[in-house]
Amino acid sequence: MSQFFQQVVSGLASGGIFASLALALVLIYRATRAINFAQGEMATVSTFVAWSLVHHGMPFWGAFFLTLALSFIGGVALERVVIRPVENAPVLTVVIVTLGLAVLLNGFTSVEWGSEVKKFPSPFPTRPIHVGGVAFSIQDLGVIGVSIALVVALGAFFRFTKLGLALRAAALNPEASRLVGVRVSWMLALGWGLAAVLGAVSGMMIAPVVFLDPNMMQTVLLYALAAAILGGMDSPVGAVVGGLALGVILNLTGAYVNFIGGTLRLPVALAVILLVLLVRPSGLFGRAAVRKV
Amino acid sequence: MVRRAFELAGFVVVVAIVALAPRWVSDFRAFQLASVGVYVIAIVGLNVLTGYSGQISLGHGAFMAIGGYTTAILMAKHGVQDLWTIPIAALVAGVAGFLFGIPALRLSGLYLALVTFGIAVSFPSLLKKFAGLTGGGRGLNLFGLPQETGGGVSVHVLGHELTNNDWLYYLTWTVAGVLFVGAWLLLRGETGRALRALRDSSVAAASAGVWPALYKTLAFGISAAFAGVAGSLLAISVAFVNPDTFPISLSITVLVGAVVAGIGSVLGRVGSYVGPLAGASLIVFLQAYASDFLRWIEKGIPLHADPKAPGVPAVIFGLVVIVVMLLFPAGVGGVLDALTSRVSRGLTRLRV
Repeated sequence: MSQFFQQVVSGLASGGIFASLALALVLIYRATRAINFAQGEMATVSTFVAWSLVHHGMPFWGAFFLTLALSFIGGVALERVVIRPVENAPVLTVVIVTLGLAVLLNGFTSVEWGSEVKKFPSPFPTRPIHVGGVAFSIQDLGVIGVSIALVVALGAFFRFTKLGLALRAAALNPEASRLVGVRVSWMLALGWGLAAVLGAVSGMMIAPVVFLDPNMMQTVLLYALAAAILGGMDSPVGAVVGGLALGVILNLTGAYVNFIGGTLRLPVALAVILLVLLVRPSGLFGRAAVRKV
Repeated sequence: MVRRAFELAGFVVVVAIVALAPRWVSDFRAFQLASVGVYVIAIVGLNVLTGYSGQISLGHGAFMAIGGYTTAILMAKHGVQDLWTIPIAALVAGVAGFLFGIPALRLSGLYLALVTFGIAVSFPSLLKKFAGLTGGGRGLNLFGLPQETGGGVSVHVLGHELTNNDWLYYLTWTVAGVLFVGAWLLLRGETGRALRALRDSSVAAASAGVWPALYKTLAFGISAAFAGVAGSLLAISVAFVNPDTFPISLSITVLVGAVVAGIGSVLGRVGSYVGPLAGASLIVFLQAYASDFLRWIEKGIPLHADPKAPGVPAVIFGLVVIVVMLLFPAGVGGVLDALTSRVSRGLTRLRV
């Protein structure tokens, strides 16, 4: 039984990481109805920036917050330069542009930082703590804590600030928002900035676990997509719940289904995506889209 | 009429150049050009799917892997001659594509992109899992097997002696030509019209008597069969398969090639064969010459980047995709098609 609880907690920890990236995907999906396939690579670049800062002697949390700020600027800049010109193009055009961006950023990371694996410092001690006979790693609990803090902060921002309201309005009804004076196009750029921040958090949380290399986020992106689909592509709450649920599902199937083990985690994520899309395309929390033809 | 003449003349010229090319180039270059042929097949296949039925696939690398592994397993474990594995690879990949087309029916553009991306990402772990069949991470070696027609040395065809690379070149391009004409014959009539009608409006097409499920799964099957043949030829030419032969990035690479080629060029028009040639050449030669290209740029603009870094081709690749999508969303093929239409219209007017 104690093994079960350990698996659940470490599943929640990796789930928290998926949730941050899934939240980033949902944020952009809500605003543009497109999936940003470059989200993972953007997070990788952010994480390498953080590594460089720490490498040059900055304390971890200083580097952490500076990286978030830089990621925000980077996200806004990418939207202005690359996505703005295809703002009104068909969704698939936007998707292909984000794929191009993903390839570009992946190449850029390995040119700039080299493709050898790097060790990324962890802000949390690796020793376990014991609660009622069950050993939890502080690392896992820390990651869960950071994810929760992030979601609460983001939720408060959207719920209680004027800017958050403008962002929600621009995503929900661009025409009407424009009429009441919201600068919709800039709201999209802000959305990209926030998404880049979320991605940066997920990158910096997972890098101590999997080590840092240019392809680090390729698989995490698939998990995040599965999490977002599971929760419902247009639901931020769904992304978080979906991420945590997926983390636990992957850990438990890995631990208790011999055939799956540690090697078939990606196909399990794919199966989750397929199953949800075929059975309940709107996900757990999403609203079903009604279309008039 | 004038346009038709253009298209026919263009096709004949391209076929003639392809047929004569090995006389003018080195043996190594012939091998590179054979790889171009492999990507041409994959790109034309993706164009059938995206251009005709409006579905998108980010997972064609996985169908290439199915074809490549079919060939490798048949050659290494069942003693089948490499040539005979090609149609079997087409069949296996085609059936896989057809079956995948069934759930894909319920997925519209964006979600299909997502699921196929998932296939591309998760397929290598399946290859590693079923190691008994696929050789796991070490893969399967085909070099030096008696089933290899080229045998790494030379081949006698119709009284000519060809080097192994020239043999691979002619094999690939013959298959590419046959498949292209086959797809054109299949899609120029009712089937092609039905697919394009579905792409433009599935509701309107269905009410006109087109059965969406049949045609969409069919398009997926044909497209996957093309990818399977491309994968099979890739396995034959490198004489080796392992999960890294068909990496996650391969799916994206093929899509990039298709975007540069121009998605949606109607088969038979000039863009539909020159476009894939351009896209496939970009894929092959960019990998090979990206560092030279960067050195050339650095003469003008000092970037202080290492031209030999492994990420350089990817950077240029990504830039090309973004620039093509922003400036010429119809790709090389689309630009050529528009050009030939305009020129032939001009000529028609002159005659009148």
